[in-house]
Amino acid sequence: MAKTLTPKTTILDAKQMARIIRRMAGEIVERSDSSDLVLVGIRTRGVPLAELLAQEIERMEGHPVPRGMLDITLYRDDLSTIAHQPQVKESHLPVPIDDCLVVLCDDVLYTGRTVRAALDHLVDYGRPRAVRLAVLIDRGHRELPIQADVVGKTVPTSRDEVVEVSFQATDGADQVRIMERSTR
Amino acid sequence: MARDTVRWSRKDLLGIAELSPAEIELILDTAETFREVGERPIKKVPTLRGKTVLNLFFEASTRTRSSFEIAEKRLSADNLNFSASGSALEKGESLVDTALNLQAMAPDLIVIRHRYPGAPHMLARRLKAGVINAGDGAHEHPTQALLDAYTIRRHKGRLAGLKVAIVGDIEHSRVVRSNIHLLTKMGAQVTVAGPRTMMPVEIEKMGVTAAYTLEEGIRDADVVMMLRVQLERQARMAFPSIKEYFRLFGLNAERLKAAKEDVILMHPGPMNRGVEIASEVADGPYSVILEQVTHGVSVRMAVLYLLSGVHEEGG
Repeated sequence: MAKTLTPKTTILDAKQMARIIRRMAGEIVERSDSSDLVLVGIRTRGVPLAELLAQEIERMEGHPVPRGMLDITLYRDDLSTIAHQPQVKESHLPVPIDDCLVVLCDDVLYTGRTVRAALDHLVDYGRPRAVRLAVLIDRGHRELPIQADVVGKTVPTSRDEVVEVSFQATDGADQVRIMERSTR
Repeated sequence: MARDTVRWSRKDLLGIAELSPAEIELILDTAETFREVGERPIKKVPTLRGKTVLNLFFEASTRTRSSFEIAEKRLSADNLNFSASGSALEKGESLVDTALNLQAMAPDLIVIRHRYPGAPHMLARRLKAGVINAGDGAHEHPTQALLDAYTIRRHKGRLAGLKVAIVGDIEHSRVVRSNIHLLTKMGAQVTVAGPRTMMPVEIEKMGVTAAYTLEEGIRDADVVMMLRVQLERQARMAFPSIKEYFRLFGLNAERLKAAKEDVILMHPGPMNRGVEIASEVADGPYSVILEQVTHGVSVRMAVLYLLSGVHEEGG
């Protein structure tokens, strides 16, 4: 039984995505005293998002914004139910996060379980002053009481659909597509 | 990358002999992530929460046992230690009965060191739990070879094409056997050196070169691995005296000059200073001996992590 993904619609193209990321960067700056800001991308697609947001904020504010990345594999709550251990990749935070304002960045907010794992992971590095969540797409279907502070676009989806976010840096193009899961 | 598609599917880690180069690389790459965990302010991840690991050391061990214990604790597993003295085995219980009793406690993983080669393999066949060989007689000690390889890779950036010299009691060392399997699989050139009385016949069949003097063994080596002289074996008269052994096969600064200029010096421990190795080199600039110990924890975390994800019988 092979599951395949077929593209259904493109919901954001490169131009729209750039505009949204600019707006998100503005919101992050507006709501924070950016001098102690650290952007942390959740691997994999949260990392290029954090990078783009950081570049925008640097352009607006004129000072460097540290960015880090978290691999949440070791904090997953489903390790004992999946067949093979997923490959773990390195996490890296460039600065101590104690008393900083950390903005967690991820491409898609879905069940909220990834964010829960990322929060557990983050506090192992220190005690931030506050943690905020920025996501490019909020697709609903939460299984935990977690909400984003900064949202690029809210997209109602069904559970059979997959939201596929692509970035120039990792996938060769900036776009967001909705894919349909079909079983053959 | 091809290695992203490699999946760990073995229930047990019994030896290096049966591993593919891709599996070895997967363990070493995974260890890289766990090294970072050891450098955090909170050196603990919740990954193996609720899993039980039994450490069965039927043979004395300080380094390996504590390394496994730390690795288990950093992964949040619950662990339980059994040691040789006072165990039921000493009271006449067979290993199979011990194993079945342990199985009844439903552990997820068992780490075993035993003086008989094949003891971990027997447990692995009998038990549902994953079994990690922490040394079986003179057979294999896979996690030691993996941590050695990890240490070499961190310093040299690769294993393929390196010249590795292993010096000492080649015949009775499980560390050597596992290292030879690993290093030759990964494309390194291995030379083993030691007195003829400590060299197995036809060792060349394992794909290595044999040398019978220290100088010849370590010439132009990128890596020199010294083995502990098992002093208890002196009763066997493998060498006339400790003094003579040190004179012929003991490593000092002068002799190390035969190796490459950027050589790294390794020792699996415990060291006998003044027997196989002089303090001036053990504590010298080429020595990575203590780093090996640090990396041992990362490598064992990687192995525990990978094995704990396999729920069915291997394969």
